[in-house]
Amino acid sequence: MRIRSKLILGALAATLGLAFSVGALAADITGAGATFPYAVYTKWAEAYQRATGNKVNYQGIGSSGGVKQIRARTVDFAGSDAPLGEAELGAAGLVQFPAVMGGVTIVYNLPGFKSGEIRLDGATAAAIFGGKIYKWNDPAIARLNPGKTLPNTAITISHRSDGSGTTFVFTNYLAKQSAAFKRDVGAGNTVNWPMNAVGGKGNPGVAANVQKIKGAIGYVDIADAMKNNMSFVALKNKAGNYIVPNQAAIADTAAGANFKVSGMAPDLLDQSHKNAWPITSATYILVYEKSANATKQKDIVNFFTWSLNKGQKMAEELGFVPLPSSVVKMVEAEMKRIK
Amino acid sequence: MSEPSAPGGTDLHARQIVKFRMQDRFFHYTTQLFALVVLVALVGILVSLAIDAWPSLKAFGPSFLWTNVWSVPDGEFGALAAIYGTVVTSVLALVIAVPISFGIALFLTETCPLWLRRPLGTAVELLAGIPSIVYGIWGLFVFAPIFAEYVQPPLQDWLGDVPLIGSWFSGPPIGIGILAASLVLSMMVVPFIASVMRDVFETVPHVLKESAYGLGCTTWEVMRNIVLPYTRVGVIGGIMLGLGRALGETMAVTFVIGNANRIIPSLFAPGTSIASTLANEFGEADPGLHIASLFALGLVLFVITFIVLAISRWLISRSMGSEGL
Repeated sequence: MRIRSKLILGALAATLGLAFSVGALAADITGAGATFPYAVYTKWAEAYQRATGNKVNYQGIGSSGGVKQIRARTVDFAGSDAPLGEAELGAAGLVQFPAVMGGVTIVYNLPGFKSGEIRLDGATAAAIFGGKIYKWNDPAIARLNPGKTLPNTAITISHRSDGSGTTFVFTNYLAKQSAAFKRDVGAGNTVNWPMNAVGGKGNPGVAANVQKIKGAIGYVDIADAMKNNMSFVALKNKAGNYIVPNQAAIADTAAGANFKVSGMAPDLLDQSHKNAWPITSATYILVYEKSANATKQKDIVNFFTWSLNKGQKMAEELGFVPLPSSVVKMVEAEMKRIK
Repeated sequence: MSEPSAPGGTDLHARQIVKFRMQDRFFHYTTQLFALVVLVALVGILVSLAIDAWPSLKAFGPSFLWTNVWSVPDGEFGALAAIYGTVVTSVLALVIAVPISFGIALFLTETCPLWLRRPLGTAVELLAGIPSIVYGIWGLFVFAPIFAEYVQPPLQDWLGDVPLIGSWFSGPPIGIGILAASLVLSMMVVPFIASVMRDVFETVPHVLKESAYGLGCTTWEVMRNIVLPYTRVGVIGGIMLGLGRALGETMAVTFVIGNANRIIPSLFAPGTSIASTLANEFGEADPGLHIASLFALGLVLFVITFIVLAISRWLISRSMGSEGL
């Protein structure tokens, strides 16, 4: 009995000691928010700590969670897939800039058809994801794929069951293509999918459903789609070219976009560049313009300056698309406002 | 002082009694405090759920319970689809799990060779210790594809044209859905129900069973007429424990139920449950009605669990009354 209580006391003391020592080290910057760029931010944080000894903590709690946290001032910066509007930024005294880019890809599972062998345009994709087209041999799909024999397989839509920035980007693209989609399904983090839809948790859940269900079509961010070696739909862009998404296509989109807008959040969907991937998006960082803790503010600027210059390769390896160097210059100028 | 006593003796004795009494009282209050913590936590959860759910309750009223709409873009919420999915998957899981658990418990206590009893019993308990996310991932990656390929099409062929129940097996065989969730859930609750049943079956006095065997009863007759009546309360308790787990199960269900916020009257179709809706949407819920409706869903689950508990209490007290125990 004695020994046991001593052991318990010892364990308790050890835990407390550990908690205190961690607390003592953590005079570092913390961020929270979007899960989509989580892999990049943590990779950057790890490399940054190795290079400079400074610690950055990022928790992937979801975009709206991140915005809530920064409003409550419980974190030093927030990550969000959905950019805040000019009025919101001004009212809260926040500075916003893009950190990394990505794309949402349409993936499918149709035995006999390899990646890139199915062509769709925006309107047809919206009709498929809106439940208006529910067989693979529908005339609308056949017209875009001349010379191919499409099977009479039922289409099963695979979507995110959890509220997600990926859904936000994808449904906003489809809503732009079709008023019916906007009315029936909607655009946002969570929407009303039609009857022939199944929800999977997270990008891996959607990827798994597409790979397991014959006749499935879904949307996954490009990093996860490449990791899972999935079949991509070739999607017609605004210039009229069919694009099979890859990192270069997304980088091309970014090069054509005008980031010189307030909040640095131009609409990247359906750009007119000839190689542009239509469903491109950036993920954003939110920082307070002014804060009582000047050292911390400086640390945040240092971290992102370092990451945007030295971390580009790491982002690429993870399947993301780094910002073009012209945009990095603009972000650096924007970060001068952070004091 | 009038009582004769050894000098100092009573005094010491009395002091000791006071000390013991103090100890007893201290013990009583401490344990009472611990018990109160449970009550305070319960009321606290209920109140905070109700406060956070209030905007939704005010906006939709009691019709929240029977409205079959869950539309985040339109800001309209009703719990019917989630309640339907929760109740159907849990009840189906029990329908599958109870006979299996009964068989396991019967075999383990009555007919299992002694050398196999311990390994089998341990295996059942180990099954109960597997985290639910493991069941979920296994269900999605291993079970669902096999189910879609080898189980759903034959089921559709055999039962698809049968009147009344045929429509239960309609729709494309995609593996995940209400039936898949029920099957995975049943696997998760079997070890709970089976180990409770085994434990209560073992409490039956050997004299009773041996007497019945002596009269020439078969194993089934002994089970039916001696063991089950004797252990009815415990068996009901075990089933309710399983039902409780099935109702609240989150991760495993989220992976295999298909997460569609609507009612499709087919067991092959995707659906949703209260717990899986919460797990899916809480992280990125918009402030306002969406989040309030999620809290309201939590409140509904709380009430369902409470009703289940009340029914099991009632069943237990009724069966105790009828047995004259």
